Formats: sequence, structure tokens, C-alpha cells
Amino acid sequence: MKSKEKVPESPVRIMHRFGDGTPSCNRLFLCASVPLCLCASVVNALWLQDKAGRAMSQQAGLSFEQAPPFALPLRFFLTAPLFLLAAAGLIVWDPEALASRWTPPALAVTHALTLGFLAMVMLGALLQMLPVVAGASLPAPRFVAWFSHVSLTLGSVALMAGFLTAAPAAYGIGIALLGGGFAVFLAAASISLAHAVAGVTVNGIRFAVLSLAVTLLLGLALALLRAGWWMPPAVETAIAAHATFGLLGWVLLLVIGVAYQVVPMFQITPPYPPRMSRWLAGALFTLLLLHAAVLLLFPAAAPIVDAGLAGGILLFALATLRLQARRRRKLPDVTLDYWRLGMASLIACVAVWLVAQLWSTWAGSNAYPLLLGVLFIGGFAVSVVSGMLYKIVPFLAWFHLQAQLQARAGSIPTMKDMIAERWTRWQFRLHLAACALLTGATLWPQLAITAGSVLALSALLLWVNLLSAVRRFSRHGGRFS
Amino acid sequence: MSTIVDFLGGDHRACDDLFASAEDAVAQNNWDSARSLFERFQAAMAHHLAMEEKVLFPAFEARTGNSMGPTQVMRMEHEQIRGLLQEMANAVADANHGRYLGLSETLNMLMQQHNLKEENMLYPMSDQVLGGERDDLIRAMEAVSP
Repeated sequence: MKSKEKVPESPVRIMHRFGDGTPSCNRLFLCASVPLCLCASVVNALWLQDKAGRAMSQQAGLSFEQAPPFALPLRFFLTAPLFLLAAAGLIVWDPEALASRWTPPALAVTHALTLGFLAMVMLGALLQMLPVVAGASLPAPRFVAWFSHVSLTLGSVALMAGFLTAAPAAYGIGIALLGGGFAVFLAAASISLAHAVAGVTVNGIRFAVLSLAVTLLLGLALALLRAGWWMPPAVETAIAAHATFGLLGWVLLLVIGVAYQVVPMFQITPPYPPRMSRWLAGALFTLLLLHAAVLLLFPAAAPIVDAGLAGGILLFALATLRLQARRRRKLPDVTLDYWRLGMASLIACVAVWLVAQLWSTWAGSNAYPLLLGVLFIGGFAVSVVSGMLYKIVPFLAWFHLQAQLQARAGSIPTMKDMIAERWTRWQFRLHLAACALLTGATLWPQLAITAGSVLALSALLLWVNLLSAVRRFSRHGGRFS
Repeated sequence: MSTIVDFLGGDHRACDDLFASAEDAVAQNNWDSARSLFERFQAAMAHHLAMEEKVLFPAFEARTGNSMGPTQVMRMEHEQIRGLLQEMANAVADANHGRYLGLSETLNMLMQQHNLKEENMLYPMSDQVLGGERDDLIRAMEAVSP
């Protein structure tokens, strides 16, 4: 739509007004202002469009539109396994990736996993889920999906190239693309969440999205530092907060919020204890804020805050396993196995953290943070997300096919026909083996190449499995948009 | 008397329970038990869908003046649910284990995301806009025949 909003001042003019003329400062302003200008104009445009849409609807606050077209979330789901494959390739190519969390390939692998795989699937899933759980779809979903997908894909590649080559230009491109892409998504998600129907899941998603914004801002500052364009204050705290808000905020709080709906739904279990589901996400978010403040002001008190976070994580993992043990549907299910592996990995993270509290040599080793990272990112987050993909993609393929063709249920493949169960089972086994080998490789580096190779096979099979659902959808006459 | 959220939400749980029991019997190839449990499940579903389509939705539409909004989407998903139930009935009649489990997995996802929308949005809104006539509506829903 045409809007009368003020066109934001061009980044170049802002640069001239504020920059002191040195080349590095100009680049800094250019990089920082591109996402900010974009964010300002997009928020404005989305807001206007949203208002117009709502004025037309008699049911303001209850947008019950059908699911967005299949192509919107699907592009995220089909891109993500390629980043998992890239991470695996980097481990095989340079086993230094598992020598310390600070080596360039380790940083590239970490961001391939967190941005390219996890954030990629999570943004696609939110596009799909917000209308269902919150009754509030994102404004301009086609534009938001297209723009955030392209920016996240190219921005992740640029950032990985930055880590590997240390080229300031790669960081600059990464900053502009990731800053712009996430800004657009965050703006759209905020508008949707502002109108959402309140509930424990929406509560978890709100804290997760807030954590994503914090992670993004800290990440942009740290990328400027690595590019050599800015020296942010309190770098160590910024790095710690970037990692904790990213992993324990964005990733964990989103999984917790979503778990409240999907764990009881997939296997028909009792609901989570109401008191826990009301308080846990908010309590963990408060602890994350405290964690950053304590690191800055009284580092000696950090273990107390960490203990609170560990307690919350343990509570969530144990409650989930307990509900799943009381499930009504007892059939073998690969998603259930993935969730159980994820919860076991969370418990292992807490155990590894506990050992570090009691044994300072371990706490100071290179292996400790790497092992925590492998268990949390690979064992917990990648597992849960892969398990979710095996429900979401076959269901959407069935749902859109049925709705488009108005087909009799007997004439189209069921969810179980979309991806051969045997291959999802093999993919789970490969993922389990990759997790075990990666865990071993943090202690015995000679395992790194084998671990990376098995992870590559697992990523490839995940991709092939998802593609097989898409192929069946298309062969039966399904349209993507 | 209870609210619409509690009344119809409780009925969702009762349907889920029968669904899980029937699926369990099929999984164990216990076809005598599966046939009778599936019949009970199908009857409970037919009653639930009828309560909404014959009583709740018309009342909601009359009060809000909107028959093309949320209730329209819910009616479309009811048709998808009916289609799957019919195929499941055929699978039970043929004692086709694999076919039934493929259909029941699909029905579970469809039904659960449908229930989510109703319990999070449509029922609370109905409680709000139909507050005054709620007890009569619940009595009318109990009496409805599929």
C-alpha cells in the first residue's frame, strides 16, 4: 500500500551528519544505520497496513484467517538443513572448530547452527504458529517472510565468512543483512504479539522475542568490534550476555512456550502444571537480566544467578519427561524420541555445569564451554527443532493439499505417507550418533572428523526427508502459494 | 452452570480420551475392541461438531453479525475432520492397521490445532458475547442430536 510516512533520511546523509569523516567511522555509521532506518520505515509501513486491515475486519483482535500459504514457512524449513550441513562441513574441513569456542571455525560453526539452522526454523514456525496459538497473524506476511528469509540466509553466510576470513567487508554485509532482516521480523512479530490473545504460550513467545532483540543488538555491537570499527564497552559481559540471551532466552524460552501447547497435543498428555507454566518463562527472563547485571557489577555473585537458571532448566526438562511418560498415545514416534533426547541433553547440561562449580580445573578448561555448547545446541535445540519439523512439514503438506483440492481424505497421502517413517528413524539414529561423537570430540579431538561426517549425513538425510514430503505434495497437485 | 470454555473444552478432552483408546486398540491389532471404541469416538465427535454447528455458531453469528469470520473457518475444518473420520471408519471395517494409524496421526494434528483455536479464542469470545444466554445455550447443546 502507498503510505504517507516520512521517508527516513538516507544512511549516507546520516553518516555525513554524524560521522567525523574517518573511513572507519563512516563505515560504522553506514552499517549501523542501514538496519535502523529499515526498521523505522518498516515498522511504520507494517503498522499502517495492520491498522487498515483491522479497520476492515469486524472482529478486531480475533484474526482467524487460514494458515499462510505453504511457501511462506516452507522456504525457512528447507533452507535450515543446508546450514546444518555447512556446520558439519566446517568441522570436517577444520577440526580446530572443536578445539576451543574462540577459534574462527568454532564461531562460524556456532553461528551456522544458531542463525542458519535454529533461528531459520524458528522464524518460519512463528509465521505459521502465531495465527493459531495467538489469533494474531503477522502484518504483510508475504513481505516479512520473503525479506527475513533472504536476509537471514545471506547474512548468516556473510557472518560465517567474516569469522573465517576476518574481512571487515564480510562483517559489514552480515551486520546490514542480519540487522535488517531481524528488525523486519521483530517489528512484525511485535505488532502481532501486541494484539495476541493472552496465554502461557504467548507469554513465553513474548519473552523469547524480547531476548532475540537483545541478542541481536549485542551481536551487532560485537560484529562491529570484530570488524575493527568500534570498541564497545564491557566486551566480556556483552559476549556472555549475547550467548545467554541467545541460547537461554530466545531458544529455550521459545521452546518452553511452544512446549506448553505441543507436548500435550502430539502425544495427548496431561497439561503442564498451571503454576509452572505461568511463572517459568518470566522467572528465567528475569534471571537472564540479573545474570548480565551481576556480571557487570558483582561477578562473585554470578554462580547464585546461574543456580537459579539451572534450577529452571531442570524443572522444565523433568516436567516434560514426566508428562511424556504419562502420554495416552503410546505409538512409536520419532518426534517424541527427539524431544526426549533434547530433555536428556538439558539435564546433562545442568550436570556439566554442576561439575564446573565443584572443580575449578574443569571450569577453566577449553572443553567445558565446548561441551556445554554441544549439549545445548546439538543435543537439546537441534533435536527439538528436528522433531518439530517432522510434525509441521507433513501436517502442512496434508493440510494445504486437502484444502486446495477439496480432496476426499482417502485420495491424498496421510501425514505418515508424506515422509517414509523408516528414513526418519534412520535420520534420528544418525543425529544421535553425531551428538555422541561431538560430545566425545570435545574431550578427544581425534573424533572431530568422524563426528563432523556423521553430522553431515544426518543433515543431508533431514533435508532429503523434508524434500520427499514436498515432492509428494507437489506430485498430488499441491500449489505452494 | 459452567462456562462455554469449560463445557466444550471438557468435551474436547473426553473426545481425545476415546480417540487415544481406539488408536491404542488398533495399534495392538485388537480389532473387536477397536471397532467398538472407534464407534464411540465417532459418535462423540459427531455430537461435539453438532453442538457447535447447530447451537453455538448460529448464536455467535447472530450476536456478532459475522458469519464469514471465525465460525466459517471452524466449519471448514469440521468438514476436514469428518472426511478423515469417514476414512478411518473404512480402515476399521477393513481391519487395515497401517492405513488407520496414518489417518489417526493426521486427525490428531488437525483436531488439536483446531481445538487450540477454539479454546484460546472462539470459546472465550463466546463466553463474552453470549454471557447472558450461556446456561440456555449449554442446555440446548446437551440436548442436540447429531
